[in-house]
Amino acid sequence: MEQRMTQDAPTMPDDREVLETAMEAGHILLENGAEIFRVEETMERIAAHFGVERREFFVLSNGIFTTGDCLPGQKGGQYARVLHIPVRGAQLDRVVAVNQLSREIEAGRYTLAQVRERLEAIRQMPGEPPLMQVLASGVGSACFCGLFGGSAMDCAAAFVAGLLLYIFVLGVSAKHMTKIVGNILGGALVTLVCIICYSLGFGEDINHMIIGSIIPLVPGVPFTNGIRDIADGDYISGAVRLLDAMLVFLCVAIGVGVMFTVYRRLMGGVLL
Amino acid sequence: MITQTLLAAVGTAAFALLFGVPRRYFPFCAVIGGAGWLLYAALVQYAGATPTEATFFATVLVILLSRACAVLERCPVTVFLICGIFPLVPGAGIYWTSYYLVTAQMRLAMSSGFAAMKAAIAIVLGIVFVFEIPNGFFRVLAGKRP
Repeated sequence: MEQRMTQDAPTMPDDREVLETAMEAGHILLENGAEIFRVEETMERIAAHFGVERREFFVLSNGIFTTGDCLPGQKGGQYARVLHIPVRGAQLDRVVAVNQLSREIEAGRYTLAQVRERLEAIRQMPGEPPLMQVLASGVGSACFCGLFGGSAMDCAAAFVAGLLLYIFVLGVSAKHMTKIVGNILGGALVTLVCIICYSLGFGEDINHMIIGSIIPLVPGVPFTNGIRDIADGDYISGAVRLLDAMLVFLCVAIGVGVMFTVYRRLMGGVLL
Repeated sequence: MITQTLLAAVGTAAFALLFGVPRRYFPFCAVIGGAGWLLYAALVQYAGATPTEATFFATVLVILLSRACAVLERCPVTVFLICGIFPLVPGAGIYWTSYYLVTAQMRLAMSSGFAAMKAAIAIVLGIVFVFEIPNGFFRVLAGKRP
């Protein structure tokens, strides 16, 4: 890649700090659902812009490895760091913000200290409030219920199930549970709510109700990113992300299936 | 079908919120999601396409639109793509597979499981092929210098 030196900065910042900053940017991107190549590219851009000449970045779906030879005369010498980043939920506005920041850095608008400040601000971005997320989950469930052929009543029931599901996701499973247990219980909860609604005569087709309301659990981010990483040749990361997606799909299906089975055992197959 | 398209659009926007997409991009996501579903439904209903074929072409449309929006708005394509693809992800297929498995209807479980798998592969192929188109093409489309 072409090396660029900053013209506007008379004192070149310490290579070590530049690499730290690049890793910070990479960390935010990776954690919030960016593709592997975007993480690498952004780190490259930052390091190149601030004049780190010898650097290597290696990014996996849950870790960043960086090494650099700092310029002679600077304190530091060798730089090497590994950052472990657990797989988490995506917050795409942070990806957008870091992407924007990296363009602005290339345009030469920031000093290193300002970049660090901006990154810290991006890390603190609040995201959507929980109430909005719960509502969105309800609305999304209702819409998808209608999309797959549910009636208006089915959609209303899916709306309720979607609300309860996300209250559970935000309040319980995201904080206290592993992904596997959280998704199995999520699928089971949705099925339970739909069975209760259906038994009370609220909703006409239980299948459509459940299909609509499990949609918020569908792992869209790892699924799509996994495919794209594999297409880019990042096989390890892509495989891990696809595995993550498959696992979630499977767990949701298990949750739904288990709850059906329990209901059938208890009620003697009235429903199925 | 128009109602369904609207539902797909609103549903996509709702999921855009769940994924933390900045609010100014919601309309783009909604249009992309709606357009993808409209093409899917039209192909199945009027052109006699199988769901797998329809999923492939709808995916291609979704990604073309997502990439065009990404160039236009100078922001990562992920933002539009992840939300727009949502109506096409075989969520219903997964449900039916587990339903038939639990009710011990193995033949139906197999066929719906394979159908879901085929839809997923159609999405994969759509994504892989459309991302081969160089970015310059979209810049020209968006009226910017390559």
